[in-house]
Formats: sequence, C-alpha cells, structure tokens
Amino acid sequence: MSILIIADHDGSKLSGATRCAVSAAARIGGPVDIVVAGHGIETVASQAAAIPGVARVLKADASHLEKPTAEALTALIVALAGDRTHVLFANTSIGKATAPRVAALLDVPQISDVASVVDGDTFVRPIYAGSVLATYRSREKTKVITVRMASFEAAPPEGGNATQGNVTVPPDPGISKVIGQEASKSDRPELTAARVVISGGRGLGSGENYLQLLGPLAGALNAALGASRAAVDAGYVPNDYQVGQTGKIIAPDLYIAIGISGAIQHLAGMKESKVIVAINKDPEAPIFQVADYGLVGDLFQVVPEFTQQIAQPAT
Amino acid sequence: MKVLVPVKRVVDFNVKVRVKSDGTGVDLGGVKMSMNPFDEIAVEEAVRLKEKGIATEVVAVSCGVAQCQETLRTALAIGADRAILVETGVDLQPLAVAKLLREIVRKEEPRLVITGKQAIDDDANQTGQMLAALLGWPQAPFASKLELSRDSAQVVREVDVGLETVEIRLPAVVTCDLRLNEPRYATLPNIMKAKKKPLETITPAALGVDPAPRLELLKVEEPGKRKAGVLVKDVSELVLKLRTEAKVI
Repeated sequence: MSILIIADHDGSKLSGATRCAVSAAARIGGPVDIVVAGHGIETVASQAAAIPGVARVLKADASHLEKPTAEALTALIVALAGDRTHVLFANTSIGKATAPRVAALLDVPQISDVASVVDGDTFVRPIYAGSVLATYRSREKTKVITVRMASFEAAPPEGGNATQGNVTVPPDPGISKVIGQEASKSDRPELTAARVVISGGRGLGSGENYLQLLGPLAGALNAALGASRAAVDAGYVPNDYQVGQTGKIIAPDLYIAIGISGAIQHLAGMKESKVIVAINKDPEAPIFQVADYGLVGDLFQVVPEFTQQIAQPAT
Repeated sequence: MKVLVPVKRVVDFNVKVRVKSDGTGVDLGGVKMSMNPFDEIAVEEAVRLKEKGIATEVVAVSCGVAQCQETLRTALAIGADRAILVETGVDLQPLAVAKLLREIVRKEEPRLVITGKQAIDDDANQTGQMLAALLGWPQAPFASKLELSRDSAQVVREVDVGLETVEIRLPAVVTCDLRLNEPRYATLPNIMKAKKKPLETITPAALGVDPAPRLELLKVEEPGKRKAGVLVKDVSELVLKLRTEAKVI
C-alpha cells in the first residue's frame, strides 16, 4: 500500500477536509504522502507535515498553481501517481473536479464520496441521495477516491513530523484559467467544519427574514448558516449555503432546520448530524421523521424566543 | 457550432427507491424513469444556445438500454435536433460512458459538450470530467452561467466558497449545476414533432469500446434509520432538552 493525498487549501490554510482524508487513509493502511500544490505554500506544507500519520509532504510550487485549475492539477497528480495504490481527494469542489480527470488518464475507475473503508480494495458509498449504501470492490492497480468528509473524523492538526520535499511541476496545460472568484462574505464559522449549523428553508419567506431571524440565533450559538435548495433557488442566500445531495454534506454535533420541509435531497446532506432539531409549522413535514427534537410552530415567533432563551445562561 | 448533450435515464427524483431483498441491487421493476434532472438543464442550455443563433445543431446522446430512446425523445421535444443511442444492456459505469462518449465526439466533432454535473442515481459526478480528460479538453464543471465567444467560454461555477469564473478554450466540456437555467416543459406539438426527428442507434462494439464494469458491486443495503425523536411542546422544553439531555448547547 502507498497512498497519495491531494491537499485541499486556500493558499494559507489547509482545510479540515484534508485531515478527514488522512483518517480515511489510516483505515486503508500504508504510508501516506500529501501533495501540496500551489504558489507560496510553505505555511500549508508545514500544517500538512504536522498531521500525525503523514510520512512525507510533497511540495509542488509553481506560479500557475496559485489558483489551480483541475487541468493543471491533473497533470501534476498523474505524474506523481506512479505505483501508488490509492490516490485520495477530499470531496470538495476542487477534488470533485480533479479526481475524475486523474482516474480517466490513469485508465482506472473512480470511487466517489467514500463513506467507509472496508479494506484496501473495498469501499462503501451512498447512492440515490443517501437512501442506499453500495459496497464496491476495485481490483485496479490504483484506486482513485474522493472522501466524504462528513463520514470521517478529521485527524488531529498537530503531533506529526513528516519530512518535506519539493517535486517537479509539469507545465501549465494552458487550456483553462481562473479569472475571478466571488467568495460569499460571512463572519460565521465555515459550514462544513462547524459544530453547530442552522439552516433555513422557504418557510422563512425572504432573504431579509432569513438574516433577521437566523443571524442572531447563529450568533448566540456560534453556528454556521446553511440553507435548503429552495431557499437558495429563491435567492435568500448564495449557492454555497446549500446543504444536500448536490450541495454540502455535513455532520455537525447540532443541526437546526428552520422552515425546511425535509425533501430526501436535503436529508442527504445532513442526516448524519449527531442531534437534529426541526422547527416547522407543518406537523406532517418529513423533516420531523429524522429530527431528534421537533417543534411544531410558527418560526416567526419560535425563533426569536429560542434566540432569547439561548442567550440567557442556563439556570 | 455543434453542441453535444449526453443525457441519462434515471429513476425519477420523486421515487423512493427500494433495495432488492437479496442485496444485489436496487429494485427498478415498475419504477418511473425520467431524464436525469441535471441533464435536462443541459439540454435546455443547448437549445437556448441554438435559439440565440450560437449553436447550429444540438445532438443528444444517451448510453444504455433500448428504453433510453424515451429519454432521447424528451431531449428532442425540448428542442434537440437529432439523437444517438449507444445501446447496451451492460451496467454502465462512468469510465465506460466517458469512453463511449469520446468515440461519439470523435465522429460528431462538436465544439461544446454540455451535460449534467451528476446523475441522481449513482451520484458519481465523474462522467463530464472524465470525458474532458480523455479528449484532452478543458472543462467547467458545476456551471451556473455560460457565455460563449468564438474560441473560448467564460463559465461561472458553483464552488465551496461561492462562485468562481473560469475561461476555457474550446472545444470543451461544461457540466451543469442547478441554477444554470430552468428547463421548459415540452409542449404537446413539440412532443409530436420529436417523434419524427432522427434517432440513430449504435453499439459499443461498433465504437470499439468495451463497456464492461470495472468496479464490482458487492452489495447494496439501506442505511440504518435514525431512531424516532420527540416533539417538544415549546421553546423552553427544547432548550432544556438540548442543554440537559443532548448536552449540545
């Protein structure tokens, strides 16, 4: 066994998703190398080297990797894949864009969104919006995998001491480039890493209501904000708030669904949360079937009261 | 420019699928099938490009069983000009589909391939990217806005942190996210017209591709159910339970 993990980072910080991939790699077994691709990546490389269980950090530093495209990353990773038994990506937007390119050029199938590792050849992944779990076996020389972050506890950020070295970066294929980025501004914790998540749905009625009602509650609980597809489609919040089958898949300690009916496509993104709270005026809403605590009521009354009581210390 | 739109026949998104009792697969008997919703967005986008005079021809292609003809007829009813079915009874995995599509691209020579970002049955999210890689083409997966010029495309993509704009050289592969457009309903006259549009059938063997699955499906099962929760009567009870029982706040 020999495992290569592709680091997911923003140029200054290694994402927690990468540490989830390290945990998945530990379940497979064998030496783990992490490749950090970017430009000016010493900080990120040090963070990768500090994760326990990582043997080597491979630094791929080139100016065209500052905002890496899947095309440029693929050229690098195919060159590094060699006789690796496993190439692991976190199931982030860059991982989802790049892994299939790498698999296709290595002429091996990819196993997407792996939720558990049975052994080095055998993996479980959700299909049909998580309503079915499928176990696949691959006999291929290299297994290209994307790791479902919500299913693996992140490896600790410190305690390791991997060696670091530079690798040769192939030239930019020059067929694509990133020309703009519009990151949603939020002072809230990051959705996929937060301990508490508050999600709003169409029941909130407008983007203003979403902010006025959920903002203070998120502040009181130091929570991240999420949303159903309906709320994103209606324009209440940007696309990166979406939780669900085709949005973000999360498993926080506490998930509070407000004004969300709970379509199966939404449940696919949050049903592995440890504790689920649902607030909805419709007692028949499917969200109550997965909620640990359900409160049937008018969210316009319930949410401000909830916020107020949370803000008071427990007696 | 010619636009190729790969579409997949999948279990309708409203159906609650059931696992076969022997755990060998999902029970598809008597289940309503539809076009993958993301592929419907792709067809709509291609047809809009034709209506704007940018696309000259829209060709829909599907790989799978004979019934995929129905899916292709849906694409033709939305406005595709003609269709190709790569017919096989083999259980197709994304790598095999990408290889079949590569051969179709070689024959048809489109400047743009638009397809859905993922199919809602296997949720793999692979085929478009694999096809782009096999062709040596650039890609723009998870597109929410597409603008074409003569030799390139500017595409706004939905990514984890928000939106990203990429410029890709043509020919290229674009995969659609939910908010690229809202597909139209096919009208009855267009459904009738679609029946007369050309639909060609070809086999994987004729394309020189072995479509056999490379991953072995060992079993499928339903995930463990969450245990039933409780309804609380008011906010005070909810806060109390979260503090003392669940201990999460």
